Amino acid sequence: MTEPVLEVHGLRKYFPVSTGSLLHRKVAWVRAVEAVDFAIQPGETLGLIGESGCGKTTTAKLILLQEKPTAGAIVFDGEDVLSLNGQDLMRYRRSVQVVFQDPYSSLSPRMRVGNIIAEPLEIHTKLSRAERQERVAEVLELVGLQPDVAKLFPHEFSGGQRQRIAIARALVTDTRLIVLDEAVSALDVSIRAQIMSQLEHLQATLGVSYLFIGHDLATVAHISHRIAVMYLGQLVEIAESSELCTHPLHPYTQALLAAALPSHPNDKRGRLTLSGEVPSALAPPSGCRFHTRCPRAMPRCAEEVPVISEVASAHDVACHLY
Amino acid sequence: MAPLLEVSDLRTHFTSFGGSRVVKAVDGVSFALNEGETLGLIGESGCGKTTTCLSIVGLLPPAARIASGRIVFAGEDLTRKTQRQMRRVRGRSIAMILQDPMASLNPLFSIYTQVGEPAYYHRNIRGRSLRQRVQDLLRSVRIPSPAMRMRDYPHQMSGGMRQRIVGAIALAGGPRLIIADEPTTNLDVTIQAQYLDLLKDLQHDTGVAIIFVTHNLGIVARMCDRMAVMYAGKIVEQASVQELFDAPKHPYTKALLGSLPKLGSKEPLYAIPGQPPNLARLPTGCAFHPRCADAMPLCAEHEPQDAQFGPGWTARCWRATQLVKEAYDRASA
Repeated sequence: MTEPVLEVHGLRKYFPVSTGSLLHRKVAWVRAVEAVDFAIQPGETLGLIGESGCGKTTTAKLILLQEKPTAGAIVFDGEDVLSLNGQDLMRYRRSVQVVFQDPYSSLSPRMRVGNIIAEPLEIHTKLSRAERQERVAEVLELVGLQPDVAKLFPHEFSGGQRQRIAIARALVTDTRLIVLDEAVSALDVSIRAQIMSQLEHLQATLGVSYLFIGHDLATVAHISHRIAVMYLGQLVEIAESSELCTHPLHPYTQALLAAALPSHPNDKRGRLTLSGEVPSALAPPSGCRFHTRCPRAMPRCAEEVPVISEVASAHDVACHLY
Repeated sequence: MAPLLEVSDLRTHFTSFGGSRVVKAVDGVSFALNEGETLGLIGESGCGKTTTCLSIVGLLPPAARIASGRIVFAGEDLTRKTQRQMRRVRGRSIAMILQDPMASLNPLFSIYTQVGEPAYYHRNIRGRSLRQRVQDLLRSVRIPSPAMRMRDYPHQMSGGMRQRIVGAIALAGGPRLIIADEPTTNLDVTIQAQYLDLLKDLQHDTGVAIIFVTHNLGIVARMCDRMAVMYAGKIVEQASVQELFDAPKHPYTKALLGSLPKLGSKEPLYAIPGQPPNLARLPTGCAFHPRCADAMPLCAEHEPQDAQFGPGWTARCWRATQLVKEAYDRASA
């Protein structure tokens, strides 16, 4: 088996909640990410799905080193990223890039597209001005834009084109992993299909890996090879994309699947059995965090935390049912 | 039976620079909706679907005006009504649910005041029976312990609950038509499914007609009886949801369906090339022809008209027109 590009082990992030007073006494912890493990292979897309507040964006921030994990390890090319510094750290930052949801706020309105895309090169490489321009033209072509748009400003582009620019910026340093945080959620249907096909094409030609974060199961399932499902900071299920869609094992994944919108009026799904809303991460339920909403909860679920384990081949679930 | 709402040849234009530039946001839209029916109005951003709805409820921004066309609701032409008269329609017989529940709720008033307002003004309910009515409404949108929660303010509610409160407000005046403009875009998937189930149940109980404005074909497949596809200010195809998902006639409808990811299928998505046109600079002929896979020279020159495929099934496309004509020739030969 090939070496994974990125592995995370027992990743945790607790945010302190302090009293509003002068002393800022810490009164509680929001357990945003709780013991998350996964690995991403070269050229693979791992989908990360869950509802708002489940910790998927925090996981992304931890991988991008925008937040410092409370515990756990991030292993890139066999090295623990958290102990890197200097040149080695720069090499990591160069290899792992991000594309955000909103292409309107993620591109500086005062910079020309060419400068936006060339900025990572200025920081990470010693290329001359002409070489940088050449590289910018190259990646613009890769993402399906004309090289001469480098002279324009972001406001001259539509949402889909801006997202292409953001992807070009993420690709410009020889990137190995791109974190796509809801990167297609804000786009119109037809444009979304364009960007998704483009991403798949780029992966096929460059062998780049993606961590594709989303909330729409059909979209995530379409682009991902494997999918990890998160609930309240914990990974509840991880499996190959088609396996997860046909044989979901965790009751939460089953509920997500039932809640997914049909692609045809004849495509009738069972009525959603899930009631209530996601509990607060400040005081997560005891035992299995899902037991308060779970239609198949047992007394054991309220007491014992289920451990994620392989129940079928390459199909891990954290649930007492299995 | 006459339909509940009949929009015929509606044209809503935005004018700027003292009338020197006209943007035809809605350009000859016609559709009808029966009592208790659900229509999905679908299209990408900027295709005129929201403007169509704002024209119906008379809430157009100052730069826009209805240039021509009729909106007949329950036998009355809404385009001829004054703003004062429209106030007796909005909230009473037509209610609207908007996308962002935080922006449509007033943070300074309690849930009771806001849910009770339409019942107070339009149905003259007062005092204890108003409190009872608000509690019933909150119970019908499944807010737990309504007697207590109605004293709360919007910030004390979660996003899903706020959206259900907006639903309760819409129902408070006892409307015959609800226009829901992207009502679930900000909700999580499981909350969205709960909300859609709830709307279905409410419709079943009250017999209200619903127009769903959305860009999400999945919502249409799940919720609607009929659908109308809009592109560049025009309805390019309309039919029953079943017919359109089974055998779409217009290339744009086909392309939209092809770009929808299907669960458990890895088939490559169809990506429509290019992007939706700027309404101020529309292409000649059929507005879709620059992006259309089946475009003919004719499409760039002349605008197609509606071709009739069956009762209530029209497609605005030259290819479709040809198909209909051939079928007609075959039948008459």
